[in-house]
Amino acid sequence: MFDFLSGYDLLGAFWVTVQLTLLSAAGSLVWGTLLAGMRVGPVPLMRGFGTAYVNIVRNIPLTVIILFTSLGLNQTLGVNLGSQNFDTINFRFAVLGLIAYTSAFVCEAIRSGINTVPVGQAEAARALGLSFTQVLTLVVLPQAFRSVVGPLTNVLIALTKNTTVAAAIGVAEAAFLMKSMIENEAQLLAISAVFAFGFVCLTLPTGLILGWVGKKVAVKR
Amino acid sequence: MTEVSMAKEDVASTGDLVVLKSVNKHFGALHVLQDIDLTIARGEVVVVIGPSGSGKSTLCRTINRLETIDSGEISIDGRPLPHEGKELARLRADVGMVFQSFNLFAHKTVLENVTLGQVKVRRKDRKQAEERARTLLDRVGVGAQADKYPAQLSGGQQQRVAIARALAMEPKVMLFDEPTSALDPEMINEVLEVMQQLARDGMTMIVVTHEMGFARSAANRVVFMADGRIIEQATPDQFFSNPRSDRAKDFLSKILHH
Ligand SMILES: Nc1ncnc2c1ncn2[C@@H]1O[C@H](COP(=O)(O)OP(=O)(O)O)[C@@H](O)[C@H]1O
Ligand SMILES: [Mg+2]
Repeated sequence: MFDFLSGYDLLGAFWVTVQLTLLSAAGSLVWGTLLAGMRVGPVPLMRGFGTAYVNIVRNIPLTVIILFTSLGLNQTLGVNLGSQNFDTINFRFAVLGLIAYTSAFVCEAIRSGINTVPVGQAEAARALGLSFTQVLTLVVLPQAFRSVVGPLTNVLIALTKNTTVAAAIGVAEAAFLMKSMIENEAQLLAISAVFAFGFVCLTLPTGLILGWVGKKVAVKR
Repeated sequence: MTEVSMAKEDVASTGDLVVLKSVNKHFGALHVLQDIDLTIARGEVVVVIGPSGSGKSTLCRTINRLETIDSGEISIDGRPLPHEGKELARLRADVGMVFQSFNLFAHKTVLENVTLGQVKVRRKDRKQAEERARTLLDRVGVGAQADKYPAQLSGGQQQRVAIARALAMEPKVMLFDEPTSALDPEMINEVLEVMQQLARDGMTMIVVTHEMGFARSAANRVVFMADGRIIEQATPDQFFSNPRSDRAKDFLSKILHH
């Protein structure tokens, strides 16, 4: 009954989805943390930038951001992110767009985590003579991260599903394949079910594993 | 106060360690510190006492610049408080602070709490830092808890770790802001004993506390504050048996009769 699948590289397409997810997750964790650092920092200019970035980016549809990276940066401005291959360029722009978008949510999750850390922790660290960056990276962020594993998991699951938007600029990930399969085969329901199942296979374990991690690393006060 | 102004030659080695000159601070409309003049000599133990809200914590916090001041001067060991950056961080490392709520780093073990500042601020190597940490933890009587997390310790043990953490930086002066106020009664003495030993060892200490036993046995001077002002200063005996100001008499009658 699954013979409609033959001739399609299902695993290959989901592998692209996984790569998009992992690269974007790593990138947005880094950029989102930096943004959170700016938003709680003492420099007004950086605070302003962080606030503006988050409020602008999270209110723009992801499709628009991804299309902007591809059409705006690549086709209009000629940025090619170090590649001549059309597929590679689009993949990289998709990752860039996903990082730009997701990091706004990562930033806010981390910032809410920072707010759960009692002010006394940062004061004790300052009183020892640690610099702002040291206070943030040695005392505040490690505790903030531990309290936001749950919210960050939600962001990661949303990101996994958001990678389907990359199909809009021709990245051959799962949703891209699904669209062409639906056009070619008269099996709409079955095909949708297969892809839905594929995504659940990615996100369900993520949620379970990170749920366990979150409990494990929680800070006891 | 008269013997505090010593000959200039003595200042570098034995003289004034902490000097506040006409310090003022506001929180919005609240004038929380009003023309504070206070000089603390090297090796001196000063107890700050006064009603809640009188500005005792704020006074402590201005001394290592956790709070900024609006006017006046604060200097430590002859150098004015730096405003920001590396200089300020270095000064803070020289001023140990112990908080009412302990504020041990919750995600780090007791040993890590006491080594962090040594390694990251004093740039000591980890081995040396751990050695010193263990010595200090033994000295305050919590050596056996080195590998536990703060939440696994009693309040009294946590506060003693906090004292060790501050001492690890080899501070010139220690600030204590109501170090026993958050403790169950049976744990107060174990912390006070550590502080008394510290005083006997010659540490310069500014202690906000209502523990009169400690003030009488360890303090050289009591500073009484009310409404953001220093109302009177005297030796513990003078102050507790014969307070001069009405505010102090009133305050003492309240804390003595319960
Ligand atoms: N960060 C702050 N912002 C505004 N008001 C404050 C702040 N900290 C303390 N205060 C106020 O300043 C006054 C003195 O506080 P504090 O120094 O904590 O007094 P004490 O330690 O003697 O009880 C109080 O009225 C308090 O409410
Ligand atoms: Mg107080």
